Amino acid sequence: MDNIIYLVSFILTMSLATFATRAAPFVLFHKQGEHPILVFLGRYLPPAIMLLLLIYCVKDIDWFVDQGGINELTALSAVTIAHLVFRNPLVSILLGTGLYMYLKQSI
Amino acid sequence: MTTSSHSDAITAQAEPVTIANSFKTTLPVLFGYVPMGMAFGLLLADQGYAWYWATIMGVVIFAGAAQFMAIGLLAASAGLFEVAMTTLLLNSRHIFYGLSLIHHLKAKGWHKLYIIFGLTDETYSLLTAHHALKCQTNALKGQDSSPKNQGNTSAQQNGIDTEISTSEDLQEGKFQFIITALNHSYWVLGCTIGALLGGALTFDTNGLEFTLPALFMVLVIEQYKATQKIFPFVIALACAIASLMLFDSDSMLLISITMTLTLLLGKQQLDVRGITVKRGAK
Repeated sequence: MDNIIYLVSFILTMSLATFATRAAPFVLFHKQGEHPILVFLGRYLPPAIMLLLLIYCVKDIDWFVDQGGINELTALSAVTIAHLVFRNPLVSILLGTGLYMYLKQSI
Repeated sequence: MTTSSHSDAITAQAEPVTIANSFKTTLPVLFGYVPMGMAFGLLLADQGYAWYWATIMGVVIFAGAAQFMAIGLLAASAGLFEVAMTTLLLNSRHIFYGLSLIHHLKAKGWHKLYIIFGLTDETYSLLTAHHALKCQTNALKGQDSSPKNQGNTSAQQNGIDTEISTSEDLQEGKFQFIITALNHSYWVLGCTIGALLGGALTFDTNGLEFTLPALFMVLVIEQYKATQKIFPFVIALACAIASLMLFDSDSMLLISITMTLTLLLGKQQLDVRGITVKRGAK
């Protein structure tokens, strides 16, 4: 029983803390109206964060051992080329992922 | 209304928003979240917890990194204060997500609260990409859809235009809500399957998680097309390299986002001053 109480309060704590980080800006800045800084960030923060998330996904690759990162680079290039050609996100992503799975599982 | 000539899955939609047409947008997240959630469920079940705890955590926490961290914290019987602090720190990058979404969340009431609750990396990416594309489509049609101008036009023009913009907002809000709910359900599904089936799974999903970097790659391209500006990427790349060189790679995301935000704010201030200088010169 003690265990269940601990587990439930553990989960609630983590849930509230996560929600707090997501809700903070809405609580803190909702009265700022169309502040030029917020408009600027609304436009240029997303592209920057998207690149950071991409880099974050590949950050643990060991580039200096042989084959290091070659699968990821190949698959990401495939995604890029497919996207520039077909302009269909789903096609680009599935093609790249299929290629990546093939490369990873066949080596 | 918005019409796009190509069949983008992530696009401003002309037809009414439904679960079916939003589903396409979230497919990459489905393929990313299910294996990741399964890994979490499997690990939690390995610690001796009943399967439904993985489901519950998926439902009420809905944060990948925090839930993986939870396994370690549970094993160490960490104090609740420590749990709160580490979670806040780990998820603090989400603060910056809200910053750029304050004026773009069109849902109201509990729908809005729910979207904020479900603002993961991936949901944030889909929501901002959708917004960027909508701006792009509107710009092609010769109208600036930045919130400021939208406000001006609807204030200056007659009631019909205001009504159209409101119904567009309604569709947008509905779309944002459905995207969040779909992503959330994939995560819960993954956590549950992982905990239930655990080691019994035999099919080889090795590499399936690549849908997430692939999604971000696509979104980088789309964001570039929408903004037509290279500076956000140059700043982000420099900050990523700097934080990877100077700090350990686990804290890379938070540190590089903070650095990027600082540099973007600096750039914004410079831009503002640049305009002032030009005006002064006249």
